[in-house]
Amino acid sequence: MDGFLTLLYKELLRFWKVSFQTIAAPILTALLYLLIFSHVLESRVDVFPGVGYKAFLIPGLVMMSLLQNAFANSSSSLIQSKVTGNIVFVLLTPLSPVQMFSAYTLAAVVRGVMVGLGVLLATLPLADLRFAHPVWILVFAVLGGSILGSLGLIAAIWAEKFDQMAAFQNFLVTPLTFLAGVFYSVHSLPEFWLAVSHMNPFFYMVDGFRYGFFGVSDVAPAVSLAIVAAFFLAVAAITLTLLRTGWKLRH
Amino acid sequence: MPSAIEVREVSKRYRSVRALSGVDLKIEQGEFFGLLGPNGAGKTTLISLLAGLARPDAGTLQVMGHDVVHDYRRARSALGVVPQELVFDPFFTVRETLRIQSGYFGLRHNDEWIDQILERLDLAAKADSNMRTLSGGMKRRVLVGQALVHRPPVIILDEPTAGVDVELRQGLWRFIRELNEAGHTIVLTTHYLEEAEALCGRIAMLKQGQVIALDTTRNLLRHVSGVRVRMRLEPDRLPVTLREWHVEREGDSEVLQLPDYAAVEPMLGMLRTGGVRVQELEVMQTDLEDVFVQLMRKS
Ligand SMILES: Nc1ncnc2c1ncn2[C@@H]1O[C@H](COP(=O)(O)OP(=O)(O)O)[C@@H](O)[C@H]1O
Ligand SMILES: [Mg+2]
Repeated sequence: MDGFLTLLYKELLRFWKVSFQTIAAPILTALLYLLIFSHVLESRVDVFPGVGYKAFLIPGLVMMSLLQNAFANSSSSLIQSKVTGNIVFVLLTPLSPVQMFSAYTLAAVVRGVMVGLGVLLATLPLADLRFAHPVWILVFAVLGGSILGSLGLIAAIWAEKFDQMAAFQNFLVTPLTFLAGVFYSVHSLPEFWLAVSHMNPFFYMVDGFRYGFFGVSDVAPAVSLAIVAAFFLAVAAITLTLLRTGWKLRH
Repeated sequence: MPSAIEVREVSKRYRSVRALSGVDLKIEQGEFFGLLGPNGAGKTTLISLLAGLARPDAGTLQVMGHDVVHDYRRARSALGVVPQELVFDPFFTVRETLRIQSGYFGLRHNDEWIDQILERLDLAAKADSNMRTLSGGMKRRVLVGQALVHRPPVIILDEPTAGVDVELRQGLWRFIRELNEAGHTIVLTTHYLEEAEALCGRIAMLKQGQVIALDTTRNLLRHVSGVRVRMRLEPDRLPVTLREWHVEREGDSEVLQLPDYAAVEPMLGMLRTGGVRVQELEVMQTDLEDVFVQLMRKS
């Protein structure tokens, strides 16, 4: 087996062995969100014309779960390896920075997509969902998962303890995903908050993803794609640079 | 033929600590080499630099002729390292651990060798147990196994017998010795000096980040200055004139450290003039421990 494939396999096996926590639990969480928010907000929030609130909410929740779990996968794997010291097993090998980056990130995408798919399948019977442009759905899912997988690596490389890792998650990833227009259409926001939302790169991931379902979005999907792709390239470049220099990994 | 390991002018500091300063070291292929020194001497740091776990501030390091920074892929493929820390991945079984490690080196069908490793390290019965359930000694042996999966020409063991019980230690050394006889270069650090003495052909002693001695084990032992003798005396009383050579009392005997063999005759003379007869006399073997203590005192 090629070194990259082995690391990918190991990363997949790692979350699969505890799939109850890594797959089932986040799906349940997303279902609870759907239950509560759709019950409370169904008749109060105007979203896209001709799209019910529950249907609108589902792709948002799918993407949110996907992003958060992609981040959780790479970040928890790497920080655990760092703290327990078994990261040496990878560092001692001829694996290149590109191979390490791709394996960790791809595994994060797979976990994110599995959770997202689980949420989608579980919620499908509850609302009338369309699949206007499946390719856009897939592209934004993979790009979004890759970005969060890379961010997870950056966070875990930077962090030295579990609580620093948790801070990164609680103060950056969770707020940015929550404020990315998962629960509402940003056009319903006051102008100031609309402008703020447009500065959040996560917003474009959710908006582009949702376009794939309804063929309607707050921002033109090509613009979202360009922004998300650029964001990915930037995050990937940073992660690769960190891995190349060995910052906080190779003393 | 390139040296197994070549270290040139290597320095490394961690913040204010000079872990290594200007280390030069050459280890040829096929050697069984000992890297000794007190805690904090820089042994693990040197190994980390060779393995690419840390980067040197100055100097170059090569493994089988491959620079560990610029040609890291070849250098790491040629090297197997047993780390000092008892690390493991709690998600996997012993066999999974070895298979995965083997895969990182790009080896596809390696089960035959993995089975052999499991057998030789007395881990076959534990092959499908989770790493978490293993004792410390077993985890240590899995670490040895992980270092061997890709059959590296150079194997470095950083205190591999810490926490491994005596019987298994013997088995482990038999295995390592066989690997050495099959052509693998072995580099070893250990706290058990008798192990180093029995196994290593050459030894480097490190102190405060510097190599203070580098020679064959035999020469090191020969050059330890002086002769140590143990005597039972009648009457049991050491003449004052011999006080300066006295080391310790062992049971009902006195132990003396003489500057050389030429001092034996004068010593006997002093005993005679002191009216003391020798009941028993034994010239004690110098071991690596003595060399070690002397070198550490001197420098
Ligand atoms: N990662 C590190 N950070 C800071 N200091 C370190 C680090 N690793 C080693 N040192 C210091 O470098 C010196 C050499 O340590 P080490 O190489 O572990 O010695 P040995 O293995 O011979 O016991 C020690 O003073 C140690 O405290
Ligand atoms: Mg050490």
